[in-house]
Amino acid sequence: MKKIASLLTLAAVAVASVSLVSCSKEAPKAEVIKIGVFEPLTGANGAGGADEYDGIKLANKLFPEVLGKKVQLIAVDNKSDKVEAANAATVLAQKEKVNAVIGSWGSSLSMAGGPIFAEAKIPAVAVSATNPAVTKGNDYYFRVCFLDPFQGVVGATYAFNTLKAKKVAIIREVSNDYSVGLAKFFADEFVKLTGDQGAVVATADYNTGDQDFTAQLTNIKKSAPDAIFAPGNYTESALIIKQARALGMNVQFIGGDTWDMAAFLEVGGAAVEGAVFSTFFANDVPINKTSEAFLKSFREEFKKEPSAVSALGYDAYLVILDAIKRANSAEPQKIRDALTTTKDFEGSAGVITINAERNADKEAVFKTVKDGKFVFLTTVKPK
Amino acid sequence: MDLQTFLQQFVNALSLGSLYALIAIGYTMVYGILRLINFAHGDVFMIGGYLAFYGVSMFLMPWWLAVCLAIVVTTAFGVGLERVAYRPLRDSPRISIMISAIGASFLIENLAIVLFDARPKAFPVSSLFAANYVIGGVHVASVSLIIPVVTAVLLAVLLWIVHRTKTGMAMRAVSTDIEAARLMAIDVNRIVSITFAIGSALAAIGGILWALKYPRLEPLMGIMPGLKCFIAAVVGGIGSIAGAVLGGLLLGLIELMTIAVLPELTGYKDAFAFVLLIMVLLVKPTGLLGKNQGEKV
Repeated sequence: MKKIASLLTLAAVAVASVSLVSCSKEAPKAEVIKIGVFEPLTGANGAGGADEYDGIKLANKLFPEVLGKKVQLIAVDNKSDKVEAANAATVLAQKEKVNAVIGSWGSSLSMAGGPIFAEAKIPAVAVSATNPAVTKGNDYYFRVCFLDPFQGVVGATYAFNTLKAKKVAIIREVSNDYSVGLAKFFADEFVKLTGDQGAVVATADYNTGDQDFTAQLTNIKKSAPDAIFAPGNYTESALIIKQARALGMNVQFIGGDTWDMAAFLEVGGAAVEGAVFSTFFANDVPINKTSEAFLKSFREEFKKEPSAVSALGYDAYLVILDAIKRANSAEPQKIRDALTTTKDFEGSAGVITINAERNADKEAVFKTVKDGKFVFLTTVKPK
Repeated sequence: MDLQTFLQQFVNALSLGSLYALIAIGYTMVYGILRLINFAHGDVFMIGGYLAFYGVSMFLMPWWLAVCLAIVVTTAFGVGLERVAYRPLRDSPRISIMISAIGASFLIENLAIVLFDARPKAFPVSSLFAANYVIGGVHVASVSLIIPVVTAVLLAVLLWIVHRTKTGMAMRAVSTDIEAARLMAIDVNRIVSITFAIGSALAAIGGILWALKYPRLEPLMGIMPGLKCFIAAVVGGIGSIAGAVLGGLLLGLIELMTIAVLPELTGYKDAFAFVLLIMVLLVKPTGLLGKNQGEKV
């Protein structure tokens, strides 16, 4: 037994040293510009990550070169898991030595990768991570979407003014920073609008990946709210609405950008009809030329309708390419500096200006579900 | 909590608990025979759901045919799994076969990610199961009625097989002493295959019912239910069929009732199951119904 163990150790050491040698040999090759794709391709957020990746792949296909060099996408799967996300970020930063990073779907996952990119001084552009903490205090993290404080405010305003709700209940995905943050911004604004400290009549929590919400919903049912704000992952949210209907609750559901996924409609079916949510992008009305070109080539390439995050993934890639062009260099630090001066860049999901906090000032779109499809309702501009 | 809310929560819990019970039986049967915790059980459960999904949505079969075929194919899959991953290791140390089970579980999960795609799929629920009833102010989905009934019927059938048939007698013999059973001219391999067939069929039925109740399929959907049902089997007394059912019901009840009574603890919902496991292992390591060795299958 001992002999085998020592043999195994020897073999392991041999393998490790061989791989070390091969690593150091590869290092000086830098003919291509590497853009890391840091996305959850499996797990609870797998569909979101895959949709963003679709948009990024399309952009890479249409614009494969910059400064005469080929742009190569290096995708790593952060598995919808905060620990795996840190590992995946380390792979991109240390092993692949990418020039810039796009991603991740999910604020929590982006936050797990943030410090690693900052330490390696590699700029990262989040596609749809809307929690303020993603870019706050991290000089290397940018984003091409709006933020949750803005989204929470427009959501609460919509509930109060348009839906005429006086009492709301909130269901949070408690293990998700995005959901908890957005719920708080919504609640604060709603209390301010109604002037009633007790306007939020019930708050319930669940965990990512949960499938049974009947106990929470039964609790909420007692307090009879006018509307339920349930920002959270799309499939869990669809199941929540479905189970609420089965419990005889015909209350209006309001959500955030995470609902803007085909899977939300597929899982929810007839139950999600009439649900309202804020998001980044409407594919039934092209807003500018980039948007038009994006919609056309996306439909040709994938034979399906793009989701909002696909458009944002496309934009994130273009913003990085634009920064590389303006910096006239693919050095991570120079890309980072050029990103800070991005101004009036015409993206497919609206004009992007990166502000001093490395965030994008953008407008929000409201959509509803009608006859099994997402339908554009209205847009709300930032104040 | 008023009576109506309590009844509603009770119905919610009963429906979840009987689903746990159904899957827990599969764990307990395999453990009873081989002293093996089949970590891939949750993944067999996932395969069952996916097969039914593909039957309905891809091959456009009527739902009953898709369900029957899914159960048959999953059963074959479970038996094949035993032959490939467990049988060659039957005489090895217990730890090797356990590691093989964990490996099989990871392999199936990742294969499923490649084959079925990681994006969640919506399970097509037949309108027969989408109905809702209101009984005295309590809303009951028809799936929630079907699940306990299916569990009860299957439990009765299983108890009958184990206690009233020749195969059942052989199973009990193998469970008590494999070597002695072999000397009594019992074909141990056949009995083990039958056990895996029953266990996998139960997993498939559980997977399909789960998908009817929570119509979202994803390759990793078997992990959490698998863990919970393993806990249910241990709590009830692993190896005891009635214990698995009791453990499953208890787990569903504790999980939902704790949320109902103490909503602020919702975030820790999954932890309740593990706390329950630790408490039972500390106080009564054989589980609630685990003392009667003769009942073991």
